[in-house]
Amino acid sequence: MSELWTQPAIDTSAIDGLTDAETIKRVRIPASISYNYIPGLAPTRFLRGLAEKKILGERCQTTGDVYVPPRGVSPIDGLPTVEQVELPHKGTVASFCVVHIGFGVNAPPTPFCSALVLLDGAAVSVYGPVQEVPYDQVRIGMRVEPVWADDDALTTSFENIKWWRPIDEPDVDAESLKGHM
Amino acid sequence: MGNRVAVIGVGQTQHAAVRGDVSLPGLIREAVYRALDDAQMTMADIDAIVIGKAPDFFEGIMMPEGYLAEALGAVGKPFFRVHTAGSVGGSTAIVAASHIEAGVAERVLTIGWEMQSCSEAMWALSFPIPFQQQLVAGAGGYFAPFIREYIRRSNAPDDIGVLVALKDRLNALKNPYAHLHEPDITYDSVKESFMLWEPIRYSETCPSSDGAIAMVLGSESVAEATAAATGVRPAWVHGMSMRSEPSMASGRDQVSPQAGKDCAADVFAQAGVTDPRAEIDVVEMYVPFSWYEPMWLENLGFAAEGEGWKMTEQGATQLDGDLPVNCSGGVLSTNPIGASGMLRFGEAAMQVRGQCGDHQIDGVRRALGHAYGGAAQYYAMWVVGADKP
Repeated sequence: MSELWTQPAIDTSAIDGLTDAETIKRVRIPASISYNYIPGLAPTRFLRGLAEKKILGERCQTTGDVYVPPRGVSPIDGLPTVEQVELPHKGTVASFCVVHIGFGVNAPPTPFCSALVLLDGAAVSVYGPVQEVPYDQVRIGMRVEPVWADDDALTTSFENIKWWRPIDEPDVDAESLKGHM
Repeated sequence: MGNRVAVIGVGQTQHAAVRGDVSLPGLIREAVYRALDDAQMTMADIDAIVIGKAPDFFEGIMMPEGYLAEALGAVGKPFFRVHTAGSVGGSTAIVAASHIEAGVAERVLTIGWEMQSCSEAMWALSFPIPFQQQLVAGAGGYFAPFIREYIRRSNAPDDIGVLVALKDRLNALKNPYAHLHEPDITYDSVKESFMLWEPIRYSETCPSSDGAIAMVLGSESVAEATAAATGVRPAWVHGMSMRSEPSMASGRDQVSPQAGKDCAADVFAQAGVTDPRAEIDVVEMYVPFSWYEPMWLENLGFAAEGEGWKMTEQGATQLDGDLPVNCSGGVLSTNPIGASGMLRFGEAAMQVRGQCGDHQIDGVRRALGHAYGGAAQYYAMWVVGADKP
């Protein structure tokens, strides 16, 4: 190993009271940063819609696909998505997993089902928990609807949708969900 | 391709959950000096340095390249950082090699690292921001639905992931640098381990590691001179490729992403490989969750769609199989995220150079290194070989 690799030992003998002190190698320091966030035009439209319990996607000019949440630009052609589309409050579980170890301040009690939900009329899925059904009964293709926060608790936030729950409709063919997860 | 490039030095750290004995610069230097020793060079010989690591919030240190420049010997030299999330180790090696391909450098040092004990990577992947959809389940919660969909499409038996995890953890016992050494691991202990993100169990999940890897890349003349001096053959780069795709796009298939297929097709075409399973001797593949082995076997073209799990089940990917995968123990045994991709690239080079010790496969002529990252949207691959291309 190269000479540069060796490092001198720390001599603590010259400092009073440090002779037998244990060397501290690591300290744990919680840190936080506060942000003022300006979401941009398309997410602003989307978040303001959520405050009124509207799910607003935006349409790709080239393919007609509806993206939700919208980013203001189509990933296919790079052009702005200018046409807003209000989506129905129904969707399909495109896939899911059962979470036994949750993260983040808003994680439901474990185990819970974390699903990719394809809203009717949308081209891509959103992540969200599925509740009000035993987690081991969730299926790919299951029909679901959003459960909203109380009206007086609505904000311009994705958290307005608390979770998704099953609705009494026939399952969707799993093959038709390919390419939309 | 431009000028020929070869790997002439590889060095990695001892990987561990917490490397409390070294600072971040010290960790990186441990890998750097091993790579330089392997190439019989010193920092003074290096023309340029290309580094990569995962997004900064994984360590909680913003733009560490600024304060690390001196510790890495980069003062007064071209110094370049690459960002492609989890695939970054692979992309970084490719960018480093490009400097030699282009003829702007003869000897390039490339480094990938992550000291995950400095922060909370799981938190970093699940932070609560009200304007985005929340993934309250960490990285496993992101990828598990695609594994479920793979199982649905392929009708694979539910223990394929167990077989992959057992194999990789047993391989890690032959790799002294690996983070996880679990001599008592068995099929049953993996299968009975705690379910985290069904269908992913605890023992089918990568650890969180502190670690680094460095490689010295050389031009043709440098590689030949170094080989003559060290007696270790260079691992020549036969092909290298990167591809990416949008994270959210209609028609995107995260079970077998198009960017991965295109990247593999490109790297094999460059290397003149027409039948990957027959012509590639060993693979180091980025498998952070066990089921990604069969998924990537299909995505890379080693198996037909829906057939990858059969290679795993039949033992083809074991050390004594016809296509050994992750002889080092892979990401499932060692995962310093920013280093993980370069560890795949470096281990592939070590196999070609005959440097793998107990996990060496005999007679390796061509090896594939593979990395992916982000929402399975970034890919980096290289084929290295014993013969000068």
